[in-house]
Amino acid sequence: MTRIATAFQHRHAAHCESGAAANLMTHHGVKLSEAMAFGLSSALSFAYLPFIKLTGFPLIAYRMPPKFILRGMIKQFQARFRFETFRDPKGGMRRLDELLAQGQVVGLQTSVFWLPYFPEDMRFHFNAHNLLVYGKDGGDYLISDPVADLPQRCSSADLQRARFAKGALAPKGLLYFLDGVGRTDVSAEAVRSAIRRTVRIMLSPIPLTGVRGMRMLANKVSKLDTSEYSLHYVGNIVRMQEEIGTGGAGFRFIYAAFLQEAVQITGIAELAALSERMNEIGDGWREFALRAARMIKGRETFEPQKLGDMLRTQAESETEFFRILKTAVA
Amino acid sequence: MNVNDVPQEGNCALGSHRKAMYAKDAGGKMVIVASRGSEVDETVTMQAVRRMQALTDDAKARVLAGQSAPLEYWMCACRMDVALLSQVSGIWQWRIRRHFNPQRFAQLPPRLLARYAEALGLPSELLKSGP
Repeated sequence: MTRIATAFQHRHAAHCESGAAANLMTHHGVKLSEAMAFGLSSALSFAYLPFIKLTGFPLIAYRMPPKFILRGMIKQFQARFRFETFRDPKGGMRRLDELLAQGQVVGLQTSVFWLPYFPEDMRFHFNAHNLLVYGKDGGDYLISDPVADLPQRCSSADLQRARFAKGALAPKGLLYFLDGVGRTDVSAEAVRSAIRRTVRIMLSPIPLTGVRGMRMLANKVSKLDTSEYSLHYVGNIVRMQEEIGTGGAGFRFIYAAFLQEAVQITGIAELAALSERMNEIGDGWREFALRAARMIKGRETFEPQKLGDMLRTQAESETEFFRILKTAVA
Repeated sequence: MNVNDVPQEGNCALGSHRKAMYAKDAGGKMVIVASRGSEVDETVTMQAVRRMQALTDDAKARVLAGQSAPLEYWMCACRMDVALLSQVSGIWQWRIRRHFNPQRFAQLPPRLLARYAEALGLPSELLKSGP
C-alpha cells in the first residue's frame, strides 16, 4: 500500500465530486486540479429529465450522474479505489474510524440536508454530496468539504444520519478510499479521448441529452404560461445551473479551465481558442440566469418565450462549439 | 467570465460560506475565485426556500383547522413532499395521504409512527403534537 506521509491539504473546489476526486488523488501524489479531474472523466453534459421530479420539478443536469468522476479516475490513473457500503450504520461508522486510524483519507457520500455546517437555506434533500474525512478529534470528525472554503467539523451522530439518509440515490453509508495509484501522469492521448467522449455525449442522438436536450428544454420553456408555477419552473433551471456547486454557468467555466490545461498536455494550440469560446458560452448561460432572475423578481415582465429563445441560442452555440472541438482532437 | 465579473454582491443563503467559481484572470488564465455569491443565486434559492415555507404555512393552517394531521406539517417542515417521504420511509404514497386524515393519524399504531419519526429525524412525541 502506498501511503504518503504528508498532511492532508484542503483545497476549495467548485463541485463536490471533482473536488473530492482531485484532492484525494493529490493526497496520493498525483498532481491533479479539479478542472482536470472534471474534464478527464468527461463529466460535462446536459440532460433534461422530465420524468425524474425533484420537489415537483424536472431534473436538469449539467454533468454526468454521481460517481461518474470517481470511476473516471479509476480508468485514467489505474487508481485502486475501494468502495464500501453498509447495511448497519454502526458498522459503517466503525469502519470509518478504523480507516482513519490507519491514516487513510476517506471519501463519503452524504445527504446535504443532515450536514449541520451547511447554511440553513442550502440544506435540501440531495443524497449525492461528496466530502472527505481526514481525521477525528474527540467526538468530531474533521471534514474537508470540497465546496466549503475552509475545513469543517461534524459530530458523529450528524455524520451518521447524513451517510445513511434514505431516498433517491441513497448513499447506504458509502465510503471510499485510495489503495494506491498505478500512474501519476496524464497522457496526451487520455486527454484527447476524454474530450472525444464529451463531444459524443453532447452531440448524442438521444433527444433528452446534450444539445438536443437543451433544445427540448427550450421548447418546453417557450410553451410555459405566466403562472407562479412557471416562475418556479424557471427558477429551478437556474438553481440547477448556478447554485448547486457548478463553478458557474453549469460547469461551462470549469470546462474552459480544463481545455486550457489540455493545451499544455496535448500541444494542440487550437484548444486555447476553444477554451476562450467555452468561456463565452458560459457567459451566455449566466446571461440567461440573470434574465430569469430579473423576471422572477418582477423587474422585467415574465416572457417565457424570450427565455426559451435564449436557451435555443445556447444550444446552437454549443452545437457549433462541439463540432469544432471534435475536429480539433480528431 | 473575467475575474472582475465574479459576483460578490453576497447571497444571504450562503451565510459566511464562499463558493468557488472559475474565471479568467488578467493573464488570460482560468483560475478559481472565491465568490460571496450573487443576487441571481440568492433570488432562485430564496424563491425555493419561500415556496417550501409557504407549503409549510398552508399545512400548518390546515392542521390547526383540523383538516389535516400534524404529519403533513412536519413533512413540509422537513422540506419533503409525499413522493420523497414515501421513498425515505418505505410507506406507499396513497397510505401517507390517508394518514393526513387527523382521525386516522390519531389512531396510528406506534410502530408506523416510529417509521415516520425515523424518516423525518424527529422524536415520535413531537410528530404527534401539532405545529
